[in-house]
Amino acid sequence: MPGASRYRDCDTVLLPAFPDQNEMRTWLERQNYLIDYTLAALLRRKTRNLGLLLVYTLLVFLFASVLLLSQGLRREAATLMQDAPELIVQKLNAGRHDLLPAAWLDTLRGIRGVSAVRGRLWGYYYDPAVKANYTLMVAPERGLTADAIMVGATLARVREVGVGDYLSLRAANGQPLPLKITALLDSTSELLSADLLLLSESAFHQLFQPPADTYTDAVLTVRNPREARTIAGKITLALPASRPILRAEILRTYDALFNWREGIVFLTLGTLLLAFLILAWDKAAGLSAEEKREIGILKAIGWETGDILRMKLWEGTLISLTAFLTGYALAYVQVFYGGARLFAPVLKGWAVLYPEFRLTPAVDLQQLLVLLAVTVLPYIVATLIPGWRAAIADPDAVMRG
Amino acid sequence: MLITPALVALHLIALCVSGALLLASGFAWTLLRHWDIASGSELQIRLERRTYLVSTLLGFVLGAELLSLLLFVHSAESLSSQFVGAMCATGVLNINAFGFPTLLLKIALFFLAALWLLLNRVDQQGHDYPLVRVKYALLLAIMPLALLELLLQSAYFLGLKPEVITSCCGSLFSAEGQGAAAELAGWPVRPALLAFYGMAGLLLGSGAALWRWPALGALFAAISGLTFVVAIAAIIAFLSLYVYENPNHHCPFCLLKAGYDYVGYALYLPLFAATAAGLGAGLLAPCRHIASLRRVMPGEMRWLTGVALAGFGAFYVLATALILRSNLILLG
Repeated sequence: MPGASRYRDCDTVLLPAFPDQNEMRTWLERQNYLIDYTLAALLRRKTRNLGLLLVYTLLVFLFASVLLLSQGLRREAATLMQDAPELIVQKLNAGRHDLLPAAWLDTLRGIRGVSAVRGRLWGYYYDPAVKANYTLMVAPERGLTADAIMVGATLARVREVGVGDYLSLRAANGQPLPLKITALLDSTSELLSADLLLLSESAFHQLFQPPADTYTDAVLTVRNPREARTIAGKITLALPASRPILRAEILRTYDALFNWREGIVFLTLGTLLLAFLILAWDKAAGLSAEEKREIGILKAIGWETGDILRMKLWEGTLISLTAFLTGYALAYVQVFYGGARLFAPVLKGWAVLYPEFRLTPAVDLQQLLVLLAVTVLPYIVATLIPGWRAAIADPDAVMRG
Repeated sequence: MLITPALVALHLIALCVSGALLLASGFAWTLLRHWDIASGSELQIRLERRTYLVSTLLGFVLGAELLSLLLFVHSAESLSSQFVGAMCATGVLNINAFGFPTLLLKIALFFLAALWLLLNRVDQQGHDYPLVRVKYALLLAIMPLALLELLLQSAYFLGLKPEVITSCCGSLFSAEGQGAAAELAGWPVRPALLAFYGMAGLLLGSGAALWRWPALGALFAAISGLTFVVAIAAIIAFLSLYVYENPNHHCPFCLLKAGYDYVGYALYLPLFAATAAGLGAGLLAPCRHIASLRRVMPGEMRWLTGVALAGFGAFYVLATALILRSNLILLG
């Protein structure tokens, strides 16, 4: 056992003080020998420690998966919302969303600080063939002809259609409306375009037959984004039946939603944490006869209670570090490269036409702090007292058994 | 109430810290009444053994408080998107009356735990544990603060009510938030700069004097504490302005963001370590007369003074570099 023999050389120094450089070096050497000894001792009881390490790693893995996935989703939502309009105005009728009269656009343009106003036409279409809702949107900037449409990649996959095929939708009057697919939407924007179908204004009118001179809602561009809130206030004064929605509010709602889901999953994992702590306590408290004898011998050859305690702390630190790094790395791979299958249904939400997308890998300091606080910290608490109990044992009592 | 992993973790830390300190203070009470180093009774031996556990527990408390301090500021920062009018951590901490008191208590607990550990370090070097009663009396003073922190933090988190769109048809445009981001009052730049660098001079002078006359420990500790307060005030009054290059942005927390190269960590870590060492030097200065510590005390005092001066030095050098590098002109 090389660790133990090397340790004996330095056990004459008893104080962990390092006011000057020389003592600092002795202190560092001392820790080095302690780690050396602890590692050797851990390896001697491989199977026993491996079990604990596995459970510990699994615990870190589960917590880290939740944190990484929900943070990834939050970031994805925030990135997407960057290009969303600063302000959306809807018309309300008896508290419900109603179509917005075209005359409103002029009133909105008249508000100081608003640089551009555009009426949007969009709606949902239920397709019984795939039992899913599509989002239909008029895209004047794409220059589509009356019967041309563009569809999202997921939609095309589910309906098994491609460029040049016809997609027949049922219009509001019951007549079928055949529309020709002229292009598929870029799959890089799949999060936005999974269920999206772009069409021309005339096709939209044929399909849904809305009243003339109405829009679904209006989007506003604001010259100074900081004024958005004031402008929203002015809009509610000018058009009392309107409901302005700020981009910041949508973002806040997304944040709150993901935070809440994440928190709930976290709390459910709390029971697991408790079980793990009981296991860790039990493992640390139930020393085998062999370990007890070992501590007795160490104390008999001159180790102090403080040294044994320090060794126990190093043991906890080494196990925690290994479990933490392995668990975090596994979670990282699982979330960013393995499709995050584990918690996705809970955290992401669910839909028939759910987009497939890959999250951008990132490591966040706050996340690491949270993970340390919920896994390593309780582990240390659980093993502190049993470790101390082992350290204060009398050498003769334990050696006699 | 909000449920986010960071808040769950902060609750967990506060519970662990309070639990550990409660356990330790139960022991401290027995020790204060029955400690007698000359006795060889079974109780005395049990007490001596327990001191190992308590010092380990306090080491744990120090680490946990540091973690909790960082996490608290970070989570306040990340929650700022949830509250109307809150731009960063300052706004979120201002949401109710418990935010800033919780933060201040966390800082106080960090320093107290650090002082306790310094006291413990010196005490263990004397063969007769000469400081044991001081140590455990201090422990009894720390414990209620930890419980208060737990209470204040819970009150703060329970009072957080984010304004979100609750349903797609019901809610109206949310009203402007009140009172949030009440910016910490700015101090005119010229006197602030004078006070800031004046403290550096005082500190250097008292540090040098302490090296010569160990009796001046209390003075050095007082100046260290004052320097800490002035340094935080200076960060709010002008240093943050220089870093952000914006004459109206006073936040001491945004410095910790990636956008400013995490410069806050480089500023705060040496500042906190130096303050703890400076306060420690003052606390330990009277111990030099204790017979069993006479041999180790000069070394300890030199070490603590050295750490304090090095830490404050690093802080001042970085602060000056930040001011000189900045494109913002506040004086001129």
